[in-house]
Amino acid sequence: MIEAFRIPGAGRLKQAKTARFSFDGQAYAGVEGDTLASALLANGVHLVGRSFKYHRPRGFLSAGAEEPNALVQIERDAARKTPNVRATVQELYDGLTAQSQNRWPSLSFDVGAVNDIASPLFSAGFYYKTFMWPKSAWKNLYEPKIRAAAGLGVAPDQPDPDHYSARFAHCDVLVLGGGAAGIAAALAAAETGVRVMLADEQADFGGSLRFESGARIEGQDGFAWAQAAVAKLRAMDNVRVLSRTTAFGYYAQNFVGLVERIGDHLQKPGRDLPRERLWQVRAKRVVLATGAIERHMVFADNDRPGVMLASAARTYLNHYGVAVGKNVGVYTANDSAYAAAIDLKKAGVNVAAIVDLRDNPTGPVINEARALGMEVNFGRAVIRAGGKLRVSSMTVQPKNGGGERTIPVDAILMSAGWTPSVHLFSQSRGKVAFNDETKRFVPGTYAQDCISVGACNGTDGLMATIDEAYAAGTKAAKDVGAKAAKSTKPKIDASESWSRGMLGAAPGAGPGTTVKAFVDFQNDVTAKDIRQAVHEGMHSIEHVKRFTTNGMATDQGKTSNMHGLAIAAETLGKPIPQVGLTTFRAPYTPVTFGSIVGHARGELFDPTRKTAIQPWAEAHGAVFEDVGQWKRAWYFPKPGEDMHAAVDRECVTVRTTAGLFDASTLGKIEVVGPDAAKFMELLYTNPWEKLEPGRCRYGIMLREDGFIYDDGVVGRLAPDRFHVTTTTGGAPRVMNHMEDYFQTEFPHLNVWLTSITEQWAVIAVQGPKSREIIAPLVEGIDMSDEALPHMSVREGKICGVPTRLFRMSFTGERGFEVNVPADYGQAVWEALWAEGQKHGAGAYGTEAMHVLRAEKGYIIVGQDTDGTVTPNDAGLDWAVGKKKADFVGIRGMARPDLVAKGRKQLVGLKTKDPKVVLEEGAQIVGDPKQAIPMKMIGHVTSSYWSQNCGRSIALALVAGGRDRMGETLYVPMPDKVIEVEVTGMVFFDEKGERLNG
Amino acid sequence: MLLIRCPYCEEERPELEFRNAGEAHIARSANIAGESDDDFEKFFFIRSNPKGIIYERWRHMHGCARFFNAVRDTVTDKFIMTYKAGEPKPAKLPGASK
Repeated sequence: MIEAFRIPGAGRLKQAKTARFSFDGQAYAGVEGDTLASALLANGVHLVGRSFKYHRPRGFLSAGAEEPNALVQIERDAARKTPNVRATVQELYDGLTAQSQNRWPSLSFDVGAVNDIASPLFSAGFYYKTFMWPKSAWKNLYEPKIRAAAGLGVAPDQPDPDHYSARFAHCDVLVLGGGAAGIAAALAAAETGVRVMLADEQADFGGSLRFESGARIEGQDGFAWAQAAVAKLRAMDNVRVLSRTTAFGYYAQNFVGLVERIGDHLQKPGRDLPRERLWQVRAKRVVLATGAIERHMVFADNDRPGVMLASAARTYLNHYGVAVGKNVGVYTANDSAYAAAIDLKKAGVNVAAIVDLRDNPTGPVINEARALGMEVNFGRAVIRAGGKLRVSSMTVQPKNGGGERTIPVDAILMSAGWTPSVHLFSQSRGKVAFNDETKRFVPGTYAQDCISVGACNGTDGLMATIDEAYAAGTKAAKDVGAKAAKSTKPKIDASESWSRGMLGAAPGAGPGTTVKAFVDFQNDVTAKDIRQAVHEGMHSIEHVKRFTTNGMATDQGKTSNMHGLAIAAETLGKPIPQVGLTTFRAPYTPVTFGSIVGHARGELFDPTRKTAIQPWAEAHGAVFEDVGQWKRAWYFPKPGEDMHAAVDRECVTVRTTAGLFDASTLGKIEVVGPDAAKFMELLYTNPWEKLEPGRCRYGIMLREDGFIYDDGVVGRLAPDRFHVTTTTGGAPRVMNHMEDYFQTEFPHLNVWLTSITEQWAVIAVQGPKSREIIAPLVEGIDMSDEALPHMSVREGKICGVPTRLFRMSFTGERGFEVNVPADYGQAVWEALWAEGQKHGAGAYGTEAMHVLRAEKGYIIVGQDTDGTVTPNDAGLDWAVGKKKADFVGIRGMARPDLVAKGRKQLVGLKTKDPKVVLEEGAQIVGDPKQAIPMKMIGHVTSSYWSQNCGRSIALALVAGGRDRMGETLYVPMPDKVIEVEVTGMVFFDEKGERLNG
Repeated sequence: MLLIRCPYCEEERPELEFRNAGEAHIARSANIAGESDDDFEKFFFIRSNPKGIIYERWRHMHGCARFFNAVRDTVTDKFIMTYKAGEPKPAKLPGASK
């Protein structure tokens, strides 16, 4: 295969190996070192995409990250499909497969292009105007159709098989941008010995030195100098050099996010390599050397494939050795396009004409262009590009009107001037300032410890850039405490320089015209659209932006923002600074979700907490449920059992013999110290001073507002030592709550708080046979009811290991909770299990635990309470110390609304039909025949089938509930109304005799 | 991500290690049970939401676990200073002109 547009002897890829690739199924050859863009151009391919709204044929505008048009889909395999890849930055590898986007059935014949003909329908703000009526059509017609048409490319439908890594880094001086300025700044800082990081988005350092053939530094070609300088930096121990690395976000206090692309340019990325690496860098000083981006000229049909930025054509030639055409035209408002014309002409490309909007410019490049025999026209405009799938001509007219002349061309190189890349500066919350003379926004007021150098600072010319950058690098190092080093400032031998240019629509696309002169290529926004937005009342640039979507595509308006702003300002009749610039936001270029997520996915998304007994539960067929980060055994089905059958059996087993339950996830906090009891008095509603060591008490913790925050059984092990249990989910926040009061409100108390949740495994043994199961394994504890009554705790040994043995019950049966050091949890469980087997005991899970406690009316904080329930609402007044002078919540509880009549109170509900189980969360009404919306007087908080009761049971919060005992209420459901009777909360063993049964 | 100086660790550490704990210098009355409804409302519900300097509590959750006080500018998000729990509100802020 012959690459018809690769010019022998041109560019820097002369020795490179061939790389084969395909685009839309067609096979091509390029060379290693190409981008997909340069390889396609080498093969004469300009048409690579269709635009978003009008489906207009599009080619390459740029040779870099600012590309709005050439978005393609790269497919490695079924799972590795990346849409919206800019062909101008995708490096070529052998075997690369790319597809064009947003076209059907093919790129050259696209049915969607009818939108272009129908474009009057799709003017600015058409979404807001068109899809308003009828209202019903939005859901069924407009939204599905718009969603189908929106978006570019196809997202992969399989999990991403690649992995992504992340690193934190600290440095003294972080240099962003590896062109001449960045390299000079990095050299200056590095030579002082401080820690330097230098990052650039390209594969090769050098920035605009890639195309500036006129730059010579230290006696060599500018690009060659850049490579040598970076090699020197790489060899220094105090320097980290990152290529293919984009600084996408600048956050507070010099915290910068960078993405390093590691695998996307490789034919076969090693499986041991991440695809991308996220760098989160904290730098003492940041040097911004982010360069400038060339702007296009805004004229009719300026989007035809083959119409591109002059610097892009020059990059394709000088770096990749590719001519973008054989007969090119040039349209410019500044000098830099001349340099492109000169380079192309010297490489043998015909330059049909240079059209310069300026009246009488002078300068060496203009002289050189004339000397090379090129036709140069001043004071003229290109008013139209001809051709459809590829530009075929440019029509030229004097800028103030007059005769037209159409010149055949196969490419148009354009330059309206250069826009400093202030994106990162602006993200750092720095304020930009408008330079009226050069018509550009440059860094003004800094908000962070950073400095802009070179083109992004509005500095023109290589000499001035190197001076400024080197000085900035030196100063940054000095600011962080470095001693001065011997200056090795690069010597500039030759340089290029240009500035100025124009903003806004060119002649022929100005006010009153309706031509399609594109400002934002990716979102199909024309000069006319922006004027229309202003005419329709959008006077703020932020409104113009949103109404037209100018600058809102994935390229974030890198080429379009300044033109859009200038057109809006002109239409408003205001100076540009008064209209203002839209805010620059991260990311600078699109960032993959993968790189942000890193390793935090699948099992590593969130830590999984497992109890010591989990392996036993897994081996015995437990089905698990997630409770916070914990995995808890939900139920233990026997062969052939569904969940209901298993739970029914487990519940009956506990009440007939005994059950073993892994309660290790209970939060546990040890409160220790001379003032431990005083502290408990303040944090819980209950009295604690008089609780005897060895006894337990059910405690309620409130927030200051008087609502229930947590509950749990507390054992007093010694006068100065409490073993506090909390709800499973509540442990961390209860600990935080305790620490907060201890550290800030009650610091005079002499107390230590220690989380012991993970230190103790807890095995609940509940049921009539529980004592018989435990007793044979226990040493040093009298297990008689006299010595160890309900709600008491003893320390001793079980199976030879230390235990805190609680006599307590969350089932209403005689019960124990055996605390052992977590490492012995499974061994003790297995010993208890073996004993239990002798009595016909079984294991039960969290579902049976819930049913059993509901049968007894024991609440679960967070299920039966919701943060608006007081102890009185929950029927727990008995747990509030009436004689106490203070505890957290004492005042909140007394607020007028919290003591008012008619509050929702926790009650039991029995369905009239005992077989019907209510839905948790279902609403309760007094009169089911009332008009909708009905007055809801409460809701169901807990509801289960109780095999032990032989009927369904439920708990509910009902307004004035305790005064409604025996009343019939109603639970309306979509298909029926369920009748219920209000009852007490205890459904089983109302007298509580089984606690000692 | 902000850097926050923990006055106990005497080090600047990343924001990830800390948790905000609401406005500072709101003392709980020693006789809270006897407070009027109005006083309790002020104590419990009413918070300032200034544009500019705010005095707030933070906890060095994943560090020394201590609660401390901080002065932050809500406009720039910059921490002006931090100091230990229980210390009085600073009379003068560093860098302040008055």
